[in-house]
Amino acid sequence: MKVFKISQAELDNMVALWSQSRKVYRPAVGRQQQAQPDYGPGWRKAEGASPLTVPIGPAAGSVKTFLFPQPETMMTYSLKTGDPDRGLMKEPAKLTESQVVVGLRPCDARSVLLNNLPFREDPFYQANLERTVFVGFTCDESLSTCFCEQMGGSPLDSDGLDIAFSRAENGYLAEILTPKGEELMAGLNLAPAANSDITALADRRKERPGKDTAILNTMQGKDLNKLYEAPLWQPLGDSCINCGACTFICPTCYCFDIQDEVVKGSGRRIRYWDSCMFPLYSLHTTGHNPRGRKLQRTRNRFMHKLKYFPERFGPFSCVGCGRCVQDCPVNIDIREVMADLLTVE
Amino acid sequence: MVKLPFVDVLADKKNYMRKDDLASFEYTYQAEITNVYSLTKTEKLYQLQIIDPVERARFTFKPGQFVMLELPGIGEAPFSISSSPIRHGDIELCIRAVGNLTNFLTRSPRGTRVGISGPFGTDFPVEEMQGHDIMLIAGGLGLVPLRAPIFAVLENRSRYGNIDIIYGARNPAELLFTYQYDMWRQFDIDLNIIVDQGDASWNGPVGRITSILEDRIQAAENIGKNTYAIVCGPPVMFKFVCDMLIKAHLPTQKIFVSLERRMHCGRGKCCRCNIGSTYTCLKGPVFDYWSVMNMKEAI
Repeated sequence: MKVFKISQAELDNMVALWSQSRKVYRPAVGRQQQAQPDYGPGWRKAEGASPLTVPIGPAAGSVKTFLFPQPETMMTYSLKTGDPDRGLMKEPAKLTESQVVVGLRPCDARSVLLNNLPFREDPFYQANLERTVFVGFTCDESLSTCFCEQMGGSPLDSDGLDIAFSRAENGYLAEILTPKGEELMAGLNLAPAANSDITALADRRKERPGKDTAILNTMQGKDLNKLYEAPLWQPLGDSCINCGACTFICPTCYCFDIQDEVVKGSGRRIRYWDSCMFPLYSLHTTGHNPRGRKLQRTRNRFMHKLKYFPERFGPFSCVGCGRCVQDCPVNIDIREVMADLLTVE
Repeated sequence: MVKLPFVDVLADKKNYMRKDDLASFEYTYQAEITNVYSLTKTEKLYQLQIIDPVERARFTFKPGQFVMLELPGIGEAPFSISSSPIRHGDIELCIRAVGNLTNFLTRSPRGTRVGISGPFGTDFPVEEMQGHDIMLIAGGLGLVPLRAPIFAVLENRSRYGNIDIIYGARNPAELLFTYQYDMWRQFDIDLNIIVDQGDASWNGPVGRITSILEDRIQAAENIGKNTYAIVCGPPVMFKFVCDMLIKAHLPTQKIFVSLERRMHCGRGKCCRCNIGSTYTCLKGPVFDYWSVMNMKEAI
């Protein structure tokens, strides 16, 4: 692993250089946060040499918008009369253009690894993962809503990143972790980091090791049926308004719907984000709905994150970024839900 | 002989469709709607035939499995196969017109090309049941996935003991496959049909499915050792029927249920078919009652 010492001016130049040949995205602040046709809110394209500042805590939108775009074209076809290929399902043109996401936090990087578990064999997700380079910044300060250490992450962690920037005296330490990162940094004339800086970073990592699996182990020891029947779901279901905001900003929520869309004879099959908070999500043909009540849907979301996903894959399906805590209109806090669940006997 | 209600629509133009150049997807067979029968007001029986004769001969499924039916421009949806497993590529799907795709199907003429991928899912272990009595209990649309095991059992009738088919519907107008009851009865089986509300033309029993089941359980000999049960119906029915079967000392691993869930991807990714951490598209739709009886939201 190569480690470089980079000043703020060098970083700005690097981002400007990358944006000449690639699509580079950076966290947006204030009015620039609006969603664009090809990516979600919270991010914006890095253009020109405007200085890169990464706000404290994760960006407003999650990084899944680059790997699991909304909508994603799965197939294309033509329904025009007289077309010899009428009704022929075609694979959409593969996107191979390299994109760089600058300024994501360790929690978002970890969400990429977690989403990779159910999408291991998904051709679209894997293709997007292949063409994306993650340039992340470890956290020195955290928001009051951050809880990555409880969920098995760490604010100074570099898992899932290609290049990890960490604070050092008069600039940053850049760790090049993967071949993709090396390719991005190739040709740049950078000064290698001093040994004292590297040991200082290692010491800071030792101070805040994170990656606490105590909560995960306790939760996995709990009986699912008892958690399901716990009294805490009633007040939660009553207060939740099923707006679905938590599912759309969550970096590890990945459920989707598939629909066909035909415009003037040319059609495509798309998949787009769906939310388990909506009643139509699980409605059956016969009119029966296994999760017809608000309480059941709220419970399903939290149980999926904290119990069902660990049963299927191992880790929690939550990285502790705290976006849902920030944006919930009725102040439902997943940390409180988790604390209540841990008291269930 | 009962005359079949037949929807006479002529094939006007044939849609051409092929998906086999998509290497990264599961294989999709091209099929054609060969016949459409109107069963009730909302349900129709579609006979589909896989066009390529080699593919048709190779296509095999087991009773209880489902296929994904695809219409370009409309969408893709899962349907239980309700035809005999020995008929390979000539499959029959009984479909209620409810949504976008199913309503489009009712307007589709004979000869419409559709895509079929599958078969997917677990099946009723009819081979394991050989030498035993079988109770097939269906309510409402539950007869649709049960028609395949009924055919599979009737075609090998001598290998099975007593066969009880108990079928309940809301009213006589909603009974499915009425034209086949006489044919099924010729195989020395007990076919009991009950409706919740009778009408002027109905001279059979009226009431709940459980009342008939109670009679059949009392008439059966040594139900705990000799019998397998296959159950499919609305969630309320599952609960009462399975409870009665357990009270009659039928082991829970010998009761098979087919659970209905909404599905989109069929790969355990879109998350909507989950019952707890079990995904119906990956481990279902046929479960033995032992594995789902303690599962929350299953029934």
